[in-house]
Amino acid sequence: MSNLFSHARRVAGRAMAGAAALAIAGVAVPAAAQETIKVGVLHSLSGTMAISETTLKDTVLFMVDQQNAAGGVLGKKLVPVVVDPASNWPLFAEKARELLAKEKVAVVFGCWTSVSRKSVLPVFKELNGILFYPVQYEGEESERNVFYTGAAPNQQAIPAVDYLMENEGVKRWVLAGTDYVYPRTTNKILEAYLKSKGVAAEDIMINYTPFGHSDWQTIVADIKKFGSAGKKTAVVSTINGDANVPFYKELGNQGIKATDIPVVAFSVGEEELAGIDTKPLVGHLAAWNYFQSVDVPENADFIKKWRGYIKNDKRVTNDPMEATVIGFNMWVKAVEKAGTTDPDKVIPALIGVSVPNLTGGFSTMMPNHHITKPVLIGEIKDDGQFDVVEKTPGLIVAEEWSPYLEGSKDLIADWRSPMNCGNFNVKTGKCGAQ
Amino acid sequence: MISRGLPSRLGCVLLLALGLIAGALLLPRAAVAQGAAPDISTPLAQLTTDKYDDTEAALGALALSGSPAAAGIVAALADGRLMYSPATRQVLIKTPQGGLVDAATGQPVAEAPPGAKAVRVNNRIRRAIEAASGTLALVNPDPAKRLEAASAVMRARDEAALPALDAALAKEADAKVKSALTLARASILIGKAGVPDADRIAAIATVGEQGNQDALAVLRSVPADASPAVKAAAQDAIAGIERSLAIWSVGQNIWYGVSLGSVLLLAAIGLAITFGVMGVINMAHGEMVMLGAYVTFVVQELIRTYNPALFDLSLLIAIPVAFLFTGLIGVLIERTVIRFLYGRALETLLATWGISLILQQAIRTAFGPTNREVGAPGWMSGAFELGQLSITYGRLWIIVFAMFVFVALLATLRLTRIGLEMRAVTQNRRMAASMGIRTNWVDAMTFGLGSGIAGIAGVALSQIDNVSPNLGQSYIIDSFLVVVFGGVGNLWGTLVGAMSLGIANKMLEPYAGAVLGKIALLVIVILFIQKRPRGLFALKGRAIES
Repeated sequence: MSNLFSHARRVAGRAMAGAAALAIAGVAVPAAAQETIKVGVLHSLSGTMAISETTLKDTVLFMVDQQNAAGGVLGKKLVPVVVDPASNWPLFAEKARELLAKEKVAVVFGCWTSVSRKSVLPVFKELNGILFYPVQYEGEESERNVFYTGAAPNQQAIPAVDYLMENEGVKRWVLAGTDYVYPRTTNKILEAYLKSKGVAAEDIMINYTPFGHSDWQTIVADIKKFGSAGKKTAVVSTINGDANVPFYKELGNQGIKATDIPVVAFSVGEEELAGIDTKPLVGHLAAWNYFQSVDVPENADFIKKWRGYIKNDKRVTNDPMEATVIGFNMWVKAVEKAGTTDPDKVIPALIGVSVPNLTGGFSTMMPNHHITKPVLIGEIKDDGQFDVVEKTPGLIVAEEWSPYLEGSKDLIADWRSPMNCGNFNVKTGKCGAQ
Repeated sequence: MISRGLPSRLGCVLLLALGLIAGALLLPRAAVAQGAAPDISTPLAQLTTDKYDDTEAALGALALSGSPAAAGIVAALADGRLMYSPATRQVLIKTPQGGLVDAATGQPVAEAPPGAKAVRVNNRIRRAIEAASGTLALVNPDPAKRLEAASAVMRARDEAALPALDAALAKEADAKVKSALTLARASILIGKAGVPDADRIAAIATVGEQGNQDALAVLRSVPADASPAVKAAAQDAIAGIERSLAIWSVGQNIWYGVSLGSVLLLAAIGLAITFGVMGVINMAHGEMVMLGAYVTFVVQELIRTYNPALFDLSLLIAIPVAFLFTGLIGVLIERTVIRFLYGRALETLLATWGISLILQQAIRTAFGPTNREVGAPGWMSGAFELGQLSITYGRLWIIVFAMFVFVALLATLRLTRIGLEMRAVTQNRRMAASMGIRTNWVDAMTFGLGSGIAGIAGVALSQIDNVSPNLGQSYIIDSFLVVVFGGVGNLWGTLVGAMSLGIANKMLEPYAGAVLGKIALLVIVILFIQKRPRGLFALKGRAIES
């Protein structure tokens, strides 16, 4: 284990050495620039989640680099502090404590899985930190110390289902997911939503598989069987990262084409497709708020700078990266607005902050600590990129508490005074009542 | 003049009208037959609007236009070679050679007009393309193409294709194509409104004979307003197919089970050597499998760079390379770590666990945390139908390969000198040493052999799983389960253990689901081990007791 931590420390050390070198090189910089602001990065660099989270660590370092080149924040240089929670949920809480209590970072960018976010929550509440969480998730949460820049279910899952209903005429639904909280909650919301649209219970098949499931023969055969009922069928996949490659391989092997049974995925992006031969997958869909193939100048500029920074002209970009970029820019803007990095000033200042996203529009931080986003539906192309076939005309405001779930339909979140509450029940008029 | 002129003029008008009607009736068929050039300007204009609805309509019109240019346009759209200019409303075909041709005139164009874009395609358009090219290919001179076209038309079930289908059916000589066309025609008739009952029941019989899931889908599309006789016929046919599919599904589950079992066997067989024969609890076993998969990746990359023609052989080349590489790593681990820890199970477990983390992170540093793409050679892609079983070539080859590895390993242990020495050292180390066997060296070789076998398992697993640093993690628990269940120290036990766990898993999965199925299996194995602590095939004798 010790070698893992020393690796992380090495990375952090290198980053700090770089920042120091910058400070030394900038002779003309005024004396105030010697003061620094620490930025925490809490992403797994080892273990199962390293596959997804390492890129986000690089993204934060890239943004810090860019911001420092542009003069830092409040005239101070940013210094990244990288820790490695090693895909170990309790370790996330320990590392969060280290960042906030020992390193005294002004803000933390981190977490991918919901369980890691839940694990660090008490620490951020106790030590009054700020966490930017950049991944699409199941909703049903709004906390004072957390800013959610990924999609809530209504910013990803529901528009995707609408697209399939309207454009593909889908009448029968397979909801397939990995067995943990995000797929289960999302599928619960989707099931309620589909039923509200008049889909019969026998036209919905729900299937869960363990993490890293690799033998998909039976399930794919079941999907094929379910799809032969004479009604147009689609699969809504909340299958988590690693299990997707064998799933798509099996679909290809059993000859299920996107024109027969399309699969729309919520966890498959450019990065995940990098490990698959995408020719048999052409036409399968994904719903995100960003695709690398979005053809706008902001995106082209970002991709160019990112590839220059990472020194790899084939490196792909993806949706959680965009969410990290948006979160970072929002924090910078809010700190400049508040004139300080004090969380008690920055947290209220963040609400209403609006920054450009990478799809040619603006995203705004709403009082529920979630951001407004456009929803894009993309079809997989044979080069591993997505062809955007549908984009919502406007921005969608996150519904952090789903109106389709019994326990949460009366709840709202508003972190402005006088409400200052993440789960206000409009029926009882009380905060904290479920 | 008037009295003569009027009838003749009337006659002229009448003749003209008759001619027009006849022409209208004859034109489509005549056009198909003679290849005259009907007007396709409307569908071409629709292709320039950048709307999916228009593109779909254009495809339908093109398929029935009888224009000789239609097939080229549809094929170009399918390959993403169809361009349009929003400014000049021109549709252009990019030829595979890179030239440009005007779709309306067939004339080459020197340069694309500014702002020309590819016509966009989504799933709906892809389905329309399939249907249109199916309809167009019904008159293709190649019978294989016609067969493909017939099944494309059947999948699309587009009523508009019926006249083209009838025309093709009338001319068809090839029996195989003819039956495919009849089937396609029947599939369309079942769902079409206003078909006489007798025709529809005949169609149901034709489709019902197919007996597969596609047929089920067609039969279930009988319209709700069909007569009771038709509905009853469809119900009977559906029930018949479902009965036979239920029987086939048992066979299918067994096949899936054997396939999963062979994967388990491959993953566990190396462990059967290191854990089963040597008694080393080797937690780094999964990482040997992972290293083997990465060797495959590196070999494929080298082949892609230096000699792409060899790509189909890449896996065969990777097998010995992976065996030698992981075998060497295994010998290294044995010499540097494990040999100091013999007889201390707990320390071995912790040490090998540490090694597994080191190897994972080393690979992550060297190759990055993301998945690497290992391609499938042509002979491992696709599937074939055996009755109602769909058998994928990839899985089939993995079963064959697993059996080959098993037999080769068994032969090595039984028939070679090193195998004899290995067994001697396992059974009685001190006696073997007194007979002049270098037990140290045999230990290293045994561990190397187990690791090497794990490496070649990695070559096979790279075909069905992620090639990522975490690959080994997902197999280590299953491997131990197989070896313990089968009986420690017995290769046959590993084989039977892997197969029974694989089949039991796949039999449970349809009823209990993947998650519960796995839990149930674990409980069953634990109960079994309580009853028979030494597994299915227990070794007997004094060596074991000590």
